[in-house]
Amino acid sequence: MAENDMDTTAVSAGTPVLGPGWTAGGVTDKISHIVLGRGGPWTRGWKAHWRWRGALLISFSGVLVLLSASAWLFMRGVGLFGVNMPVAWGFALGNFVWWIGIGHAGTFISAILLLLRQRWRTSINRYAEAMTLFAAGIAGLFPIFHLGRPWFAYWLLPYPNRMELWPQWRSPLVWDIFAISTYLLVSLLFWYVGLIPDLASLRDKARSRGKQLAYGLLALGWRGDARHWQRYESAYLLLAGLATPLVVSVHTVVSLDFAIGNTPGYHSTIFPPYFVAGALFSGFAMVVTLAIPLRHYLNLRDFITMRHLDLAARVMLACSLFVAYGYASEIFTAYYSGDAYEIHMTQDRFTGVYAPVYWAYICCNVLAPQILWSRRMRRNVPALLIISLVINAGMWMERFLIVVQSLHQDFLPSSWGVFVPSFWDWVFLLSSIALFVWLFLMFVRYLPLISMAEMRGLVQETSGEDVR
Amino acid sequence: MKPMLYGVVGRFETPQALLAAIRTLREQEPGLRLEAYAPYAVEGLAEALRLPPTRVPLITLLAGIAGALGGFFMQWYAAVVSFPVNIGGRPLDSWPMFIPVAFEMAILCAALAAVFGMLFANGLPRLYHPIFNAPCFDLATRDRYFLCVRPGSVKGADFDVARRLRQLSRLGASDSGEVWS
Repeated sequence: MAENDMDTTAVSAGTPVLGPGWTAGGVTDKISHIVLGRGGPWTRGWKAHWRWRGALLISFSGVLVLLSASAWLFMRGVGLFGVNMPVAWGFALGNFVWWIGIGHAGTFISAILLLLRQRWRTSINRYAEAMTLFAAGIAGLFPIFHLGRPWFAYWLLPYPNRMELWPQWRSPLVWDIFAISTYLLVSLLFWYVGLIPDLASLRDKARSRGKQLAYGLLALGWRGDARHWQRYESAYLLLAGLATPLVVSVHTVVSLDFAIGNTPGYHSTIFPPYFVAGALFSGFAMVVTLAIPLRHYLNLRDFITMRHLDLAARVMLACSLFVAYGYASEIFTAYYSGDAYEIHMTQDRFTGVYAPVYWAYICCNVLAPQILWSRRMRRNVPALLIISLVINAGMWMERFLIVVQSLHQDFLPSSWGVFVPSFWDWVFLLSSIALFVWLFLMFVRYLPLISMAEMRGLVQETSGEDVR
Repeated sequence: MKPMLYGVVGRFETPQALLAAIRTLREQEPGLRLEAYAPYAVEGLAEALRLPPTRVPLITLLAGIAGALGGFFMQWYAAVVSFPVNIGGRPLDSWPMFIPVAFEMAILCAALAAVFGMLFANGLPRLYHPIFNAPCFDLATRDRYFLCVRPGSVKGADFDVARRLRQLSRLGASDSGEVWS
């Protein structure tokens, strides 16, 4: 069988599954054609591309909505959101945690799987990194949105100022800004360093002067010198090694925003690992959500194979179990501690105003992924797409519930309240998704969405094993 | 500017041929100035060329340590010297609270050093380079492998272009030529 043959020629057991018959030149042409091709994917007019162009137009109008909504928010203040006392953290914080979580799978795939020498990552790491970058960038917007005075956001940074003030180093919110800006910068560097040889390929393949210039400038004059490759590989591995603890630290710091407060429902030691697992969960769900239309639309079934989807589904299943453990542990700790407020919070979760959200995300995050135990379902593309969308929604609801439900009934019954999202809450959530989609579409259009240099290595090294 | 001979370049079809050619040349003339160009990081290429180990990891380590110490010092200085605030008699130097920022600063500095150190050591960005004049060099970023023999490996020795061209085709280069800068 062809598939088994591919498995046996792999570098390490069971790795790269590409469709048979690809050469180094072939993969380069195929991937660069998506970007550069004349008569290729983008230039065949509305009839062939109504889906692409439709998605682009809709998402771009969403971007315009986001821009005008932010302008309105900055003029009118956070009163636009449904937040008030006691729920001062509403959608904005939930969206922030959700987006930053989505931004985790990219670096996880790239860095950790690179260090573990899992070469199947080659087909999916580039666009997963782009996903990370965009999601983390959007996540970074939300804390700024929810500031009463967003133009003072930079006060969280240490800089010489005439008030001689420093940030409060003991505040997790300051740790957040360091963690997120570091994560964004390191993800950007990792992505860009990975892109350099591919930009050089595009420069050499482009036919129009403008593209040659643009890609040439971005490629920094890369010429594939053996000395350069040596340092490049070393730097890339180091970046992966640095990004690995970073992935864990970012979401840990985000979870400390909550865990360090003593609000029942926030104040929990399970939060760091549970948040990290949840982040990978939503991140992998997003990777699958993006992979399925991409491989279908751009005809990449030979590169993003069933095996990739299968492995991603297994990661989702594992993360689902981690997250389920987190849920169970929260409930257990609440009752075991005997703390009246914690127990009340937990019971309120089961039966209170937000109980439908709770049970909905239990179904989405714990029950639905159990389908993935079945090998047949892991290889069923429509089912996988639906499950990954369900998980994305479920993880959003979980983040929402952690933020809002914990706040709405805390220590003092006289100050209890209910948060109802306003129109603008929904506008910001939906338009931030539109911004993500638009950025991703632009990325797919102008940059190689699969690493050509690594694909060439993969093809050459695996074909070399046939000869030996 | 007077054109100078940059070197003699041969094109190879497979990484195996390139590696074999390099190994043969290195054995025959260990002092030869060789440059190899490949479309991906070919395993064993650095060893075959006998390149010295890269200093990128050392730079990264040092920058990471500097970042951690600098980040910690910044917080300690701010909280203890520049802006001490007594909150319920808690210690000013509450170092465990300074770890997250110090850690992030370590990672940030190390990552910046790894990337910029790599680019600096490679002499990038450098948009023009004589090797781009080699015939079909645009294939070096697709699926072809190039080997360049530079003149001036032995002081005062003549660089016999014709001999080098013959040598490269004997080693299996499918096409070879001279490159001028």
